[in-house]
Amino acid sequence: MTNDQAVRRKRGFWERNKLSGGYLLRKKIYDVSFKIARAFLLFGMCFLILQPILMKISVSFMEERDLYNPMVISIPEHFTTANYQLTAQFMTYGRSLINTLIVSLTVALVQIAVCTLVGYGFARFEFPFKKLWFACVILVIVIPPQTISSSLHLHFRYFDVFGIAKALTGHTINLRGSVLPYYLMSAGCMGLKCGLYIYMIRQFFRNIPKELEEAAYVDGCGTFKTFVRIMLPDAKPILTSCFLFAFVWQWTDNFYSKMFLGNISLLAKELAVVADRMDAWVVNTLKIPGGASVGYTNCIVSTGTLMVIIPLLILYLFAQKGFVESISSSGIKM
Amino acid sequence: MKKRKKYAGLQKRKAISGYLFISPFIIGFLAFMVVPLFQSLYMSFCSVQLSPEGISNTYTGLENYRQAFLVDTEFNRLLVEEISRMGINSVAIMVFSFFVALILNQKFKGRALVRAIFFLPVILSSGVILGVETDNALLASVESMVEETTNVTSISDTIQTILITSGVGARAFSAVFDIVDGIYDVAIASGIQIIIFLSGLQTISDSMYEAASIEGCTAWESFWKITLPMISPMILVNWVYTVVDFCMRSDNELIEKISEQMIAYINYGFASAMSWVYFVVILAIIGITSLIISKGVYYYD
Repeated sequence: MTNDQAVRRKRGFWERNKLSGGYLLRKKIYDVSFKIARAFLLFGMCFLILQPILMKISVSFMEERDLYNPMVISIPEHFTTANYQLTAQFMTYGRSLINTLIVSLTVALVQIAVCTLVGYGFARFEFPFKKLWFACVILVIVIPPQTISSSLHLHFRYFDVFGIAKALTGHTINLRGSVLPYYLMSAGCMGLKCGLYIYMIRQFFRNIPKELEEAAYVDGCGTFKTFVRIMLPDAKPILTSCFLFAFVWQWTDNFYSKMFLGNISLLAKELAVVADRMDAWVVNTLKIPGGASVGYTNCIVSTGTLMVIIPLLILYLFAQKGFVESISSSGIKM
Repeated sequence: MKKRKKYAGLQKRKAISGYLFISPFIIGFLAFMVVPLFQSLYMSFCSVQLSPEGISNTYTGLENYRQAFLVDTEFNRLLVEEISRMGINSVAIMVFSFFVALILNQKFKGRALVRAIFFLPVILSSGVILGVETDNALLASVESMVEETTNVTSISDTIQTILITSGVGARAFSAVFDIVDGIYDVAIASGIQIIIFLSGLQTISDSMYEAASIEGCTAWESFWKITLPMISPMILVNWVYTVVDFCMRSDNELIEKISEQMIAYINYGFASAMSWVYFVVILAIIGITSLIISKGVYYYD
């Protein structure tokens, strides 16, 4: 037996190929060419995704004349960091960054805390009309927030709880431009993509074995204590990834920010207007009546985009596992 | 008798605590979804006037809808354009993300890095960045300048000219080439979908493929007979997610028009009417398509 194996191992590739009637060679060629084709394809697609970022990085270090120089494609001839200083000035970067950080963190925390409660409730309890309420969650995912935005706008413009404020002061409270409405909405699971978080968290809690919960009940744990002590520690990965998503999407969100967080300077909002600021600055400060050139404006916008996403990229570098792995392990199904 | 009553009590207690857990959602849903939804539906039939005291709605019937469909020059065009763009792109996104998920599910060197790059769009294609990206004329202007100075056209352009001048199915080719040229948009919009498909692929056990190959199944057959049915629940999820995600993108022109009407012109009635038309159309599309897809969905357990 061992002798036989030793003989077989000594045989070279061609001999084995001959024994198999050419099958081995064909299979080898097939495998290698498949690998090469796949490598090409993957490289191409990765490049496709990365190219705009790389392009933005190279453009953000160029002077204006480099943009119009056909010889300069990706490596700037006149290296400068002036673009960053200008953009930071247009976006009031320091203040916006801190504001965005605070708002995104707190909103994401509120959203995930509430969504965890709701997701747990849907996953582990039986109660009347459960199907109906869950259909409402699906509805929340499906309804575009734009549909209700007009009336929400007015809702908070003339905000009142059962007419109390009107009775006391004679007029309703204007909550537009204050941060409160958005936090209220987040606490009511109606913030940015909250339905999706409920869905994912519920999916996770459904997969936890029932015995674990029953054991806790038998040992005298109450409902809430079971949730905090037994279930929450298990749910850490999915909660982290939901939190990261909430944080990132809130960071770049323009729709809700524009509508509810009117008075605070946030990065996403500043980025949307950076081109206009640039134009105004060129006209008013540099006294060039035509305004900024298209190329240079886009250079500034690219720099601005880069400055908005750099914190997120750093976060992604360190927390990449948290973003991806837990979602793919939770098994989202319908 | 006593025992049964106690069980009913436990069940009742669990039902109450269940409702306690989901109460934030119920309150939020009623206050910030149902009320505004009906309010905006009502407003779409009204002419809305704002004053410091409050809102005054005067009922005008279908006037706003008439204005949207018959008077406004842009609305019909934008609606049709956005819906058809959504249809084409959603299909392209589904095919692309499924394909990428199939590749990323294989084992090869540097898989972690490639995965990290493919999920990068989850961050980069959200919110305001997408809107800034689409009207980035710099790349276009640089490209056109390079083309002018060097007299070189892109590969896809050349192939397109060759194929179209050969005269076979020119219109079909141009639709395909639109997608190929827009592959960046597709790639950048399919981060989450890839994750969902991957999670589905990972739940298929290897023993199934082994059994199939022992029975003489080729890789091609086992793809159609095993992979596709097992992944079909994810296809439904992904389809709904893709369509919804596409409707809420910030580079959607119809949405821009609606919020412009609302914020700049303070024309709430008209804006509500337009957004309701949009919402109903989307809901109908999602409902019909997911009904069709769910006929083909196969649940393993």
